[in-house]
Amino acid sequence: MTGRPPVADWATDFDHTDPRWTEDPYAIMAELRGRCPMARSERYGGLHAPMRYADVRAIAYDTDHFSSKRVVIRENPPNVPLPSPPITSDPPHHKPARMLLLPAFTPQRIDPLIPDARRICNELLDSLAGRSEVDAAIDYAQHIPVKVIAKMLGIPEAEGDRFREWIHVFIEDTIVDDGTSADRLVATAREMDAFFGHYAELRRKEPKDDLISFLLAAQHDGAPLTERHFYGALRLLLIAGIDTTWSAIGASLLHLATHPADRDRLVAEPELMPLAVEEFLRAYAPVTMARRVKEDTELAGCPMKAGEWIMLSFPAANRDPDVFPDADKVIIDREDNRHAAFGLGIHRCIGSNLARMEITVALEEWLKRFPKFTLQDDARIAWSKGPVRGPRTVPVRLG
Amino acid sequence: MTGKRIRLVVDDEKCQGHNRCRLLAPDLIEIDDLGFAHAKGDGSVSPEQADKARLAVKNCPEFALRLVTDDR
Ligand code: HEM
Ligand code: SF4
Repeated sequence: MTGRPPVADWATDFDHTDPRWTEDPYAIMAELRGRCPMARSERYGGLHAPMRYADVRAIAYDTDHFSSKRVVIRENPPNVPLPSPPITSDPPHHKPARMLLLPAFTPQRIDPLIPDARRICNELLDSLAGRSEVDAAIDYAQHIPVKVIAKMLGIPEAEGDRFREWIHVFIEDTIVDDGTSADRLVATAREMDAFFGHYAELRRKEPKDDLISFLLAAQHDGAPLTERHFYGALRLLLIAGIDTTWSAIGASLLHLATHPADRDRLVAEPELMPLAVEEFLRAYAPVTMARRVKEDTELAGCPMKAGEWIMLSFPAANRDPDVFPDADKVIIDREDNRHAAFGLGIHRCIGSNLARMEITVALEEWLKRFPKFTLQDDARIAWSKGPVRGPRTVPVRLG
Repeated sequence: MTGKRIRLVVDDEKCQGHNRCRLLAPDLIEIDDLGFAHAKGDGSVSPEQADKARLAVKNCPEFALRLVTDDR
C-alpha cells in the first residue's frame, strides 16, 4: 500500500484505487450521475470516467479516438510493450487476432465442457463435507475457473496459486506505482512466458487437444504466430479467464447469501437461472477496462486530450437508470437486460460463453447442496481493487 | 392466404457474438463457427415463438436483432 491522498471530490479528483470506490462504487456512481456523469482527474496523467451507459457505449464503439493499446490504468506503465492480442489491439490488427481465437470459444465448443464443470464443482463441494461454515469465495468460487481454464489451455491446475499470484501482480498490485511496479510487471510477464514456453515445447513435439496446441497451429496473415503474439495471447487467456469469473461467481453467491427470498426462488424455480445469471452479471459486473485518448476530442461536452486515460466502467453503464429501471435493484427475472458486463463492440469478451456456463453450473450445483446457506453474522467482505472487482471472501453458514 | 408474417433478422454488421439470443430463442437462432448469430431458415417466427423472439431482441447488447413484419 502506498500513501495516496484520499479523493477530495469524485467529480474532479476521481481515483478508482481509493478504498471507498473498492468498498462501494455504486453509491459514488449514483452521486456522480446526478451532478457530473463524466468524472475526471489529474491523477494517472489525466483520466476521464464516464458513468452513463450512453457514454460508455460511445467510447467502446469509437476505436478511432480511443485506443485499447493499454487496457489497465497504471500510474507508471512499463516502457517495454506487453501486447496481449486481441485485447490490446486496435483496428485493423484487432480483427485477425480475434478471429483466430473465436472458433475455440463458440457455444458448440463450450457446451461439451459442461459435464467437466459439473464434476469440478461437485468435487469441490464434496471437499466441504462435514463443515458448517466455509468461505464460498475461497473454498469454492476461486477454484472453478482455474480448473476449467487450466484444462482448456493444457497446463496443470495444481499451479492455481501461482496463476492467481501472477494475476494479482498484473491487475492489482502494480497499478499504483511504488517505484518497482513497472519492473515487477515485466518480470511477471517473463515468468509466465517461461512457464508457457515449457508447455509449448512439449506440445510442439506432441500436440494435444488444448489451446496451447491450437495456438501453435494457428495462422495469422498466412504465417504462424510470432512469439510475442503467442505468449501475449496465452497471458491474456489465463489472466482474463480466472479473476473475472471467480468474481462473478463470488458476487452471485454473496447476493444469494444475503437475499434469502431470491435464493429460495431460484431453488424453487431453477428455470429462472439463465435470467438470474444475466442479472447478476449486470448488477455485479466485475470488469472495468481502460482506453487511451488517441487524438484530442470531446465527448458529452467534456474535452479530452491525447494520451489521457478513459476508465471504461461497464459496471457503471449497467447501473444507469436511464437504461435499466430500478438499476440498483437486483431483479432475478429481469427480462429487458441489454447489460454490458462482457463489453460492447469489437472487443466483446471472447470468453463470454465459457464464463456464463461456469457461473450457471457453479450456482446450480451449489444451490443443490446448500439451498439454505446464509452469510455468517459479522462477516466482513474483502473486495479486490482495480479492473476486476469481486468479493475475495464470502464467509457463509451452510445449514 | 393473407396476413402478416413476422421475421427475426440479424444485422451481420452489428452482431458481435454475445450469444444472448441463442439462449433466449434457441429455436430461432443458429450460431456459426466463429460465434456469430444467424436466423434459422428464413427467420419466420410463429405466433408461439413471438415472445421468445421479442425477448431476444430486447437483450441483444449490440442492437443487432430486429423483428420485421411482411405482408403476404
Ligand atoms: C464473468 C467473467 C468475465 C467477464 C465479466 C469478462 C469481461 C470482459 C470484458 C468487459 C471484455 C472487453 C474488454 C474491452 O472492451 O477492452 C473482455 C474481453 C475479453 N475476455 Fe473476458 N470476461 C470474463 C471472462 C472471460 C473468460 C473466461 C475468458 C477466456 C479465457 C475471457 C477472455 C477474454 C478475451 C480474450 C477478451 C478480449 C477480446 C477482444 O479484445 O477482442 N474472458 N472480457
Ligand atoms: S445477442 Fe446480438 S450480438 Fe449477440 S449473438 Fe445474438 S445477435 Fe449477435
